[in-house]
Amino acid sequence: MKDQQTVLYDAPGPRARRITLIGSIVAVLLIIAGGYFLIYKPLDDKGQFSMDLWGPLIDPNNEVFPLVWERLGEGFKATLIAAALAIVSSLVMGTALAVLRIQLKSLVKRRYEDLATPLAYLLRGLNWFLSAVSRIFVEIFRGLPVVITIFFVASALPDLGVDLGDILWYLVIGLTLYNMVVIGEILRSGMEGLPGGQREAAEAMGLSPFQTTRMILLPQAFRIMLPALISQLVVVLKDTSLGFIISYEEVLKVSTQIIQALDDPNPIQTYTVVGTIYILVNYALSKLAEYVQRRLARGRKTRGLPIPEKPSAALIAEVEAGGRL
Amino acid sequence: MSVLVDHFDVFASGFWLTFQLCLLSAVGALLMGTLGAVMRISPVPPLRWVGTAYVTVFRNCPLTIVFFFAAFGLPSLGSNADFLKIPGLDSLFTRLGIDLPYFRFGIIALSLYTGAFVCEAIRSGINAVSPGQAEAARAIGLTFTQNLRFVVLPQAWKAAIVPLGSVIIAMIKNSALAGFFGVVGDLSNGAQNLTSALGEPIIPVFVGVSIGFLIMTAPLGLLLDRIERRRTVAR
Amino acid sequence: MRMTRMVAVAAVAALSLGIAACGGDDSDSGNDSSSGSKDFAAGSTMEKLNKAQKITIGTKFDQPGFGLKGLDGKPAGFDVEIGKLIADELGIADDKITWVETPSAVREEKIEKAEVDLVVATYTINDKRKERIDFAGPYYEAGQNILVKADDSSITGPDSFKAGDKKVCSVQGSTPATNIEKYLANKASQLVVFDVYQKCVDALTNGQVNAVTTDNVILLGFIARNEGKFKLAGENFTKEPYGIGLKKGDTAFRTFVNDTLDKIFKDGQWEKAWKDTAGKYVDETPTPPTINRY
Repeated sequence: MKDQQTVLYDAPGPRARRITLIGSIVAVLLIIAGGYFLIYKPLDDKGQFSMDLWGPLIDPNNEVFPLVWERLGEGFKATLIAAALAIVSSLVMGTALAVLRIQLKSLVKRRYEDLATPLAYLLRGLNWFLSAVSRIFVEIFRGLPVVITIFFVASALPDLGVDLGDILWYLVIGLTLYNMVVIGEILRSGMEGLPGGQREAAEAMGLSPFQTTRMILLPQAFRIMLPALISQLVVVLKDTSLGFIISYEEVLKVSTQIIQALDDPNPIQTYTVVGTIYILVNYALSKLAEYVQRRLARGRKTRGLPIPEKPSAALIAEVEAGGRL
Repeated sequence: MSVLVDHFDVFASGFWLTFQLCLLSAVGALLMGTLGAVMRISPVPPLRWVGTAYVTVFRNCPLTIVFFFAAFGLPSLGSNADFLKIPGLDSLFTRLGIDLPYFRFGIIALSLYTGAFVCEAIRSGINAVSPGQAEAARAIGLTFTQNLRFVVLPQAWKAAIVPLGSVIIAMIKNSALAGFFGVVGDLSNGAQNLTSALGEPIIPVFVGVSIGFLIMTAPLGLLLDRIERRRTVAR
Repeated sequence: MRMTRMVAVAAVAALSLGIAACGGDDSDSGNDSSSGSKDFAAGSTMEKLNKAQKITIGTKFDQPGFGLKGLDGKPAGFDVEIGKLIADELGIADDKITWVETPSAVREEKIEKAEVDLVVATYTINDKRKERIDFAGPYYEAGQNILVKADDSSITGPDSFKAGDKKVCSVQGSTPATNIEKYLANKASQLVVFDVYQKCVDALTNGQVNAVTTDNVILLGFIARNEGKFKLAGENFTKEPYGIGLKKGDTAFRTFVNDTLDKIFKDGQWEKAWKDTAGKYVDETPTPPTINRY
């Protein structure tokens, strides 16, 4: 780890090393004792380690093991499908939103002096109105809990006469509404963070504002923001678990059903297994984000461009909070 | 829209409860996060491992699962989270002291989950301080604690405030899940009750709940935007 | 692309021919409960469903004994059996039934929007719901009761909650949750709601609540599955006639479902369905309720 902590204190001498060693041993003992008395023993006393409860999940010879895993597999598949659809549609819509907001921003500054006065005012008013609407849209959906958005989409859309048939689509729309706004803001701040020379050079070459955005700004913003976008994958994957609220049969919902169908309901065991799988997948994804970030940083350093430097968890946190980067 | 007027008490009390939950959880998350960050930069390796494990587990796990373990795992460990029945505090936050422990479980779930992100925000702040600063501080003879206290942390704090604010905004939004794990009467549970048990129309209820959340998140967000903009100009 | 379309066209043609042929053969066996085409009044819901050879039924996926999605991914229980018997009477095979999960909160909505043809989901008949939908049945009469730990004698009925120190758990948006509320001294410190009853039972086992309340048959299921741990506290304190939810105003279909229920009450299929499912947890077999043809 090549970060700050190495310079916070001197290389330890013999005395400091002894103290650290003793401290380590004490800490390990405390952790083991705590783990045993606070976690292992109470669970064991309640029989939570019994094979009746764990068997269906970890013992391939258990008669329901194949059934349980078949259903968990279906659940994971449903989770991945929802996550994949949500991330793709959020990327598309988010990019569109970012481009729209950048365009509107430059349009609002235009005064249309070559046009007749009433028409110029009309156009300026329209631009101002559209940019206000897009701003409000962004503020509302990034300020609302995703749970509420999903719950609302699933119950309000049918009320308004939009019947999508499969619950999957309500979940995807709910997730998209939120994530497109976040991705849009990530890309927009990426584009606005680029050196002004990029835009000026493009304009000097005679590219229209839209061409500038599409050919010059957007590709660079994507590159800089790639780690943040990968972090967003983690967020979406975690958020699909909210599908249980609208009865979408993703892995957590399926787990609840399995738990009740077993002769010995085993909520703690099942959720531990599902949680572990979630953690492994997301850990791999966030490692990928870190790797991409390091590679980008290396490439940028040599060219003297700004380096986005944030550990991926901080990225996730900010992305989750609504893309304030 | 009459439901907003007729059931104003549901929204008002829901807002108040969600606000309490967020306030207490924010304090808990800052404590957990600071503790985690201290562990992660401590010279004692096992503590560093614990800190890293904590962050890795909680930031990669869906909040739903964290909530589940708080509401059903803790009782299996024999705990009703009674240590949160803090005398004095429970007269202001009445839910803290009642027998039903789900409000306390909600605080624990949100604190643990958010703490992992707070920890990373603090760490990113510390990492943002140029190593030359700490080196220079050591060169003039400051000890580890002095170094942290007078040189690194004051600068780290500045770099960490915006990510920290974002984390807290995310937490406020995440608190909506508490209503699905036994906290009765918060904004999301109140909304569910209005639409499902009382059959109120969905859209006005949604508007009410949205206003409740936006009252908390929107001003914080605007404040952060301002801090950030001012910082960019200063830089 | 073209190939698949042609195959599809051919398949549809074959199918419609087949149905037409069947229709000709079966005209005299209208009351036979095997699948296939049957004669129903033209334009009626029954004819439509029979023609389509498929039906969508809403039930619960998390109610042990009545409708619970099993490890094989298929729902099972008393409600599910009743649904199958009705489909049977419509000439629709079991594997042509699409089961949709209808949690308490969305049942009326799903019927109104015609997302389901029927709802058989521990659905209590009451006047408020009748404003939005129609009920056939009842096909079973349950009653709300209270589940407590086997060694708990401090709760004897709903009145035990009036003192304000006993905590009770139920399910979000359900009738039992609404019913128990009027017995509580302080809702905030006495009532907790989850999405499924299993979570309530977990909370009761671990001691976060003193009681779980819902319809007796569901509670009996939990007593049977955890032998010796739980018991019922006293008698049922409400009457919960379970009906079958249908689209409002479709009187012909309602009469048909009522007739079907009458038939299965008499020919023993109702009793068999009961004994195979929820009846496993209860000693005596109940007598079928009287159908309310309003």
